[in-house]
Amino acid sequence: MGLTGLEIFKQLPKTNCKDCGQPTCLAFAMALAGGKASLDQCPHVSDAAREALDSASAPPIALVKIGAGERAVELGNETVLFRHDKRFEHMTGIAVSVCDTMSADEIAAKVDQINKLVFDRVGQVHSVNLVAVGNCSGDAGKFAEAVKVAFGKTELPLVLMSEDPAAIEKALEITAAKKPLVCGANAANVEAMTNLAKKYDVPMVVRGADLNELAALAEKVAGMGFKQIVLDSGSREVNKVLADQTQIRRQALKRFRPFGYPTIAFADNQDPVQAVADAGVYIAKYAAIVVIGSADPADVLPLITLRLNIYTDPQKPIAVESKVYEIGNVTADSPVYVTTNFSLTYFCVAGDVEASRVPGYILPVDTDGISVMTGWAAGKFTPEKITEMLQTSGIADKVKHRKVIIPGGVAVLSGKLQELSGWEVLVGPRESAGIPSFLKQRWL
Amino acid sequence: MAVTIAKERWTSKVNELVLGTDPNVVKVGGDSTLPFLFFEGEMPNRPVVALEVLDLEPADWPDILKAPFEGVLADPVAWAKKNVEYGADLVCLRLISAHPDFKNASPEDCAKTAKAVADAVNVPLVVVGCGVEEKDAEIMPVVGEALAGKVALLGCATPNNYKTITAACMVNGHSIIASSPLDINLAKQLNILITEMGLAANRIAIDPLVGALGYGIEYAYSIMERARLGALTGDKMLAMPVICFVGQEAWKAKESKAPNDEAPEWGDQARRAVLWEVMTAVTFAQASGAIMVMRHPESAKQFKAHIDKMMEPVKY
Repeated sequence: MGLTGLEIFKQLPKTNCKDCGQPTCLAFAMALAGGKASLDQCPHVSDAAREALDSASAPPIALVKIGAGERAVELGNETVLFRHDKRFEHMTGIAVSVCDTMSADEIAAKVDQINKLVFDRVGQVHSVNLVAVGNCSGDAGKFAEAVKVAFGKTELPLVLMSEDPAAIEKALEITAAKKPLVCGANAANVEAMTNLAKKYDVPMVVRGADLNELAALAEKVAGMGFKQIVLDSGSREVNKVLADQTQIRRQALKRFRPFGYPTIAFADNQDPVQAVADAGVYIAKYAAIVVIGSADPADVLPLITLRLNIYTDPQKPIAVESKVYEIGNVTADSPVYVTTNFSLTYFCVAGDVEASRVPGYILPVDTDGISVMTGWAAGKFTPEKITEMLQTSGIADKVKHRKVIIPGGVAVLSGKLQELSGWEVLVGPRESAGIPSFLKQRWL
Repeated sequence: MAVTIAKERWTSKVNELVLGTDPNVVKVGGDSTLPFLFFEGEMPNRPVVALEVLDLEPADWPDILKAPFEGVLADPVAWAKKNVEYGADLVCLRLISAHPDFKNASPEDCAKTAKAVADAVNVPLVVVGCGVEEKDAEIMPVVGEALAGKVALLGCATPNNYKTITAACMVNGHSIIASSPLDINLAKQLNILITEMGLAANRIAIDPLVGALGYGIEYAYSIMERARLGALTGDKMLAMPVICFVGQEAWKAKESKAPNDEAPEWGDQARRAVLWEVMTAVTFAQASGAIMVMRHPESAKQFKAHIDKMMEPVKY
């Protein structure tokens, strides 16, 4: 992988001038090795050293940006094959396609539908990222018109899908300011397409007929001084795409430069359900962009959810907001459950409260997103904190009773909690799956 | 420009687990690479689907899940046959009637049901208890005996009840499901305990207690990836095929259960619910899941079609 701090240090001026903001050149070298600084912060580094260091310290997969402003999408900078090794950095961009053989009204309607693919999950908003416009007609004029309609209808960046440089140029004349992704270059048009992408300063997909041709083309494009590249191995069947994506990621991490860019995959299976399954594989296995045809929320919600799950940082537990959650049609007599705000814990409890078919309130105490037993052991899930939540969350105004159900694993808290809060404490099951039967025995 | 294909040189492989009797044997595992990477190793057996049968009519299943089983939900034997018609590679019988909250059925009653189901279908059987550890320890020895010679997969064994279930498997020629909650070390520990009792390592399936898409799928995903890497690099106590209880988790999700009028912004329930189950299974197949226990026949069909394609080798 990257160079060590000492290897980098050898290339630096060793003047300890502090112009980079670090106390010494060695400290700067260590920061560089850890990815916490950039070589640009050193004004004195020699050209020779810069070249040596740049190629060695650059991330194995380049960062590519599509779009401008708030809805811009960043891809790449990935460093691992498996999410458990560190994390996946930039979530797969999901693009939904329209075709220029559709009427202007049809395109407008579908883009409206795409704009609405926004879902709330754990208090965060997740949406599709791109609108892809296909030059299915093969006609440059029609393509430009379709692009114009889509461009006027959405804030999302566009993917311009045509391999005809004339069609792409017309579309870029309309959209270049918002930095769409040109899709793209192939063996037949590579010079013309790359020159367009350079002229308009927009990112570009390079498609090879296979991995060998892709490597040759990517090298050629990079040789023309253009590096905002997205790779397409040309495969369209899920088994082949998996193999190619795995190869590209492995080679990139081994510093094979032609593959050091993010990738794009197309889930264009004729069977609509299989297309969603294929897209799921691409999200799990390394695609930086996946293009789908369906704007049906039933198809898109599973993909957006999978992306969120796979790209969760395994080193940082995700937390839900600490507040009163109402499950079902609660009343003033509904049971009150206390748990922690580790999202997985909360979701288990919420799912099992729902399964009990008895509406209830859930109060996830803020434990910095750690689980019940860990929170208890770390002093973050305490009678004091639970009492505070009972008193300040507003739950006391929502229910007439004063009974609170705590997780069975922390039964030991019940005495102190009862004393501090004045609420009657019921010790619930150790696992949330026991909630339905617990309720039958202890509540109803 | 010729690209040198990057191939890992794995030193070991996943155990092959054999279920059922000739000519209806089902094999899982045996992989000598990561899932579907045929360019560097073998994947002799495809991931399989077990469709679930409950021995009590399910009370809380949404209508779209009950519909394909209309008329058989109260009859485990008819239901099991229906599952085979729907293309199930295995039938997974869940003995929830044994649960103290339901019928608290006796081990003998459970065994009778299991035997009747086993005799009615020609696919191998997975039999799991009611999830109450002590009760499962009571019923499994009797169920195991009733199914002697059927080479079934029995579970779910936990650190608290593995001894009786392991013994039931050893005596009657079955294999075992070893359950541990989302922790690779606990999974390994339980496998060690079971093999120390004398059950062969190739008669264990790991159950990492998976969560569904949107409900912690990533934890199971990473544990399964890590277990596979362990298996391929020589850790014998992680070299077991993985069983994923996809259906019970996917059908618990709000995204599967909410009818159209409750969540119009999520699209049609029938499609979204099936996709929730399919996507959960597809994701686990990528992480090395070998047996997917599913519920809806359409999900099973779509998953199998997906696996058909994934099993076409790409070798470069």
